[in-house]
Amino acid sequence: MTPGRAFLDLLRRDLLLAMRRRSELANPMLFFVMVIVLFPLGVGAEPQLLEQMSAGVVWVAALLAALLTLDSIFRSDFEDGTLEQILIGAHPVPMLVLAKVIAHWLVTGLPLLLVAPVLATFLGMNPDAIGVLMLSLLLGTPVLSLIGSIGVALTVGLRRGGVILSLLVLPLYVPVLIFGAAAVDAAASGMPVTGQMYIMAAFLVLAVTLAPLAAAAALRISLS
Amino acid sequence: MTGLPDSVSEQPVSLEADHLSCIRDDRVLFEGLSFAISSGEAIVLEGRNGTGKTSLLRILCGLRRPDEGEVRWHGVPIEKNYVDYYTHTAFVGHMDGIKRELSALENLRISRSLSGAGDMSIEQALETVRLHGYEDIPTYYLSAGQRRRVALARLLATDARLWILDEPFTSLDREGIALVENLMDRHVGSGGAMIMTSHHEVHLSTPNVRILNLSPGEAA
Repeated sequence: MTPGRAFLDLLRRDLLLAMRRRSELANPMLFFVMVIVLFPLGVGAEPQLLEQMSAGVVWVAALLAALLTLDSIFRSDFEDGTLEQILIGAHPVPMLVLAKVIAHWLVTGLPLLLVAPVLATFLGMNPDAIGVLMLSLLLGTPVLSLIGSIGVALTVGLRRGGVILSLLVLPLYVPVLIFGAAAVDAAASGMPVTGQMYIMAAFLVLAVTLAPLAAAAALRISLS
Repeated sequence: MTGLPDSVSEQPVSLEADHLSCIRDDRVLFEGLSFAISSGEAIVLEGRNGTGKTSLLRILCGLRRPDEGEVRWHGVPIEKNYVDYYTHTAFVGHMDGIKRELSALENLRISRSLSGAGDMSIEQALETVRLHGYEDIPTYYLSAGQRRRVALARLLATDARLWILDEPFTSLDREGIALVENLMDRHVGSGGAMIMTSHHEVHLSTPNVRILNLSPGEAA
């Protein structure tokens, strides 16, 4: 078996598992939609106010929805012992971690990306900014999953890891949030967004290359 | 066990544990523990609860670092030789390591792609552990003993020459225990090796069974 084959098989396995637990699949999506729908009810339906806040609201909701699902990257594998089997497999663990994170993003991040335009329109976002919103989420949400995987790998062995996980991960999420929301704001006011996009792309490259290594090392600590 | 191909792999087993120590919560579980195992041998670990049997097995698997000493596979530390080592090793621990949402077939398929396929097909492996007819059912619907059998089928479906087993008989019925003992005999007889712990008495017919007692001072 080649490593590439193992990567694809593990990715396929995680997607299959997600399909068999559909109720969990809907969770982050429902959260995302609810937060955004409830917002106008809370702050009042002034179109101008909502339009001004829309970038931030969508990004914060996406970030919290991502945080909500992080634990599922490794938790169930840890509990039934399949994580042990992955660590003592014949393939590089960081590569398999990356497969799991990609599966997690496809299941939790991608749906957010797809409903985001609808919700942004609902908040009255400038139509010109919606493309940028999609692009910023496309670059940003995988970073959230990748950074999150390090946090989960560190806390998966703890019985109550939830609070520590948030504390570990949220500070690292802040730059993604700042540049993501800033890009959308800039696009809404007709300014160029290349700078923010390059920075977000750089975050993604950095996270793809380093996070799996860190998460794999953290898993070894959690399982020993 | 008739009509099954003997899993004859060329790879011989040669594992050395060199002066292993394990310290847990400031208590020394064992120290200076050295032994070696090669093809055609079996080691049964004994010792009271909490003497470090599971810790030793996890160290041998590389899941836990020894506090001192090292584990070598063909003379090379396992972390430097991990592809070869893990291709030829299988571990069944306290947890079955199978996904309940997936069928036995799907579980073994992923095991094979993670640790390398053996000579026996997945169907043959499942038939050997008497799970014929349960291949496509999510393991969620199987009993604890049947799930254990799926975990043990992993030993057959992958190319494992060294079996590391932590309480393999848990939740198996009497017939299942006899079956697994039979498989162990065949495995050791065909040039494989095995290290295991068990609270049950193990009845193996191979002559090369050694007992390693981790709680010295107690009559073995």
